[in-house]
Amino acid sequence: MAEYKGILVHCEVAEGKLTSMATELLGGGRKLADDLGEPLSAVLIGSGVAGLAQEVIAFGADKVYVVEDALIKDYQTDPYIMVMEKITKEAMPQVIMLGQTSIGRDLAPRLAFHLSTTANLGCLELAVDTETKRLLQTKPVYGGNALAIFISETDPQIATVRAKAMSPLEPDPARKGEVITVDAGLAPSLIRTTVLEKVPEEVAGIKLEDAEVVVAGGRGIGGPEGFQQLEDLAKLLKGAVGATRPPCDNGWVPTGQQVGLTGKIVTPDLYIAVAVSGASQHMSGCSGSKNIIAINKDEEANIFREARYGVVGDWKKILPAFTEKLKELLAG
Amino acid sequence: MANVIVCVKQVIDPEAPPASFKIDAAANKVVPPTGISPVLDPYAEYAVEAALKIKDTVGGKITAVSLGTGQLRDVVKKPLSMGADELVLLEDEAFAGGDSWSTAYALAMAIKKLGEYDLILCGREASDWNAGQVGSGIAEILELPSVTLVKKIEIIDGKARVERATDNGYEVIEVSLPALLSISHEIGEPRYPTIKGIMAAKKKEPISWAPGDIGVEPSQIGVAGRRTKLTKLFQPVREGKCEIIEGESPEDAGANLAKRLREAKIL
Repeated sequence: MAEYKGILVHCEVAEGKLTSMATELLGGGRKLADDLGEPLSAVLIGSGVAGLAQEVIAFGADKVYVVEDALIKDYQTDPYIMVMEKITKEAMPQVIMLGQTSIGRDLAPRLAFHLSTTANLGCLELAVDTETKRLLQTKPVYGGNALAIFISETDPQIATVRAKAMSPLEPDPARKGEVITVDAGLAPSLIRTTVLEKVPEEVAGIKLEDAEVVVAGGRGIGGPEGFQQLEDLAKLLKGAVGATRPPCDNGWVPTGQQVGLTGKIVTPDLYIAVAVSGASQHMSGCSGSKNIIAINKDEEANIFREARYGVVGDWKKILPAFTEKLKELLAG
Repeated sequence: MANVIVCVKQVIDPEAPPASFKIDAAANKVVPPTGISPVLDPYAEYAVEAALKIKDTVGGKITAVSLGTGQLRDVVKKPLSMGADELVLLEDEAFAGGDSWSTAYALAMAIKKLGEYDLILCGREASDWNAGQVGSGIAEILELPSVTLVKKIEIIDGKARVERATDNGYEVIEVSLPALLSISHEIGEPRYPTIKGIMAAKKKEPISWAPGDIGVEPSQIGVAGRRTKLTKLFQPVREGKCEIIEGESPEDAGANLAKRLREAKIL
């Protein structure tokens, strides 16, 4: 049996562009490949994605596998498993990296079982164990209450990585690499699902993941009316509104605004947490923020252990005064 | 009519205060908090709710399967009290301490023994290890199609039409049956057990299967069947250097916070 060697990154494409997740994985993958002294490969799957191969190389890949077929224009489990199996046999990577996205979360575990190996999902850090040369995979467990470091005992070692856990390299357009086109060879009869419709849920204004300021509310906000006040502050600061899980579950704000282990990961310069207790599962979506500000009536709340500045008290009284004063200061 | 199998498990209460969360670093294990009862995994409850919604509309039978040791009857019987019909327990010591691989394998073999089914439902992950793999693993082992992160299910013309949550919305997918679906929390709040359900659950004896009953070797399950090694389990360090801004009134404190952030050039 051939030896497993090198790193393979699955690069996601959205609206004809490499996603930020893809460039982050290439940056992280490049570093791991260099630590191992092995090559970094990438795979582009879809329809009309071949033109991105040079960009993938510019972001750090040595070799790009391109698989194009109308049947894989949209993500579906069955054909993607077939394509990834084919690429894995061709590339024989010892590590496969994917994004912790709705695609990666579906593809990675099924691929792992298909290849009789294992995956770890939602990793924050990947490193090479100096002794064994195996991959040390660090991920939050118990809803972010703890971190676990896993080692897979089988190859390839598959991991999905959370957004913003790794940094992209500065792209180098002069970088040389190899592009290999692989025929998908898919049999439509083996695809057991059909995508009938894709429904985007657009949030007006600045995207939560891109915002430099996030104003987040928790259960204590009490309803959609309260979130309007958060919206006003966000607008003033040209930021976005986020939420913990209960406001989303209660329909006060769209699910897409949830920040946390089961929602979005944000790393703004400023995260203003209003009536947010600071449960581990929420904090694992925002703890990378540069500055966390907390307004909470419970002085024992966990959020004050994470915040740089805080006010203890009723947000209904504090927030309007805070917003008013800021308006004044920013105008002056 | 639909035959639905739901995978559930018992976990340490994820809503317990963070301060009660303790780790035995030497053993790489979580120490169950004293005085706080374990619960049915909340993600699994969403899967039970999804199964009940199917039963509400097309009728059928729901069988819950739970793997783990030290399972309290009151906890693992919750699917029955919510409206499920049968409960199968894999509670032999040999099943304990597994990873996604050995757990999915044992569950898949138990499901195989159960025989006829249209749908297998799992939570999208469990609240303890947050692995998010067992559902897909069962599907792969049983060679079934799978859709993950499902937030709505309809049975139409012998197929399932489901909504799958994606990063920027959702997609509508049709999948042939039998299939495995992993359920996301957007499916809707799990219903409360009814008095009638609780009474029925009390009387119901769960079926308990040992490894031999489902045709698995002890080497394939639990600790022995692991393919991943947990090398370290630890709690992230919190800094806790919060500057509390005060004022003569809450309004005053709010205004002072604005001033302080301006001074610190954060805004």
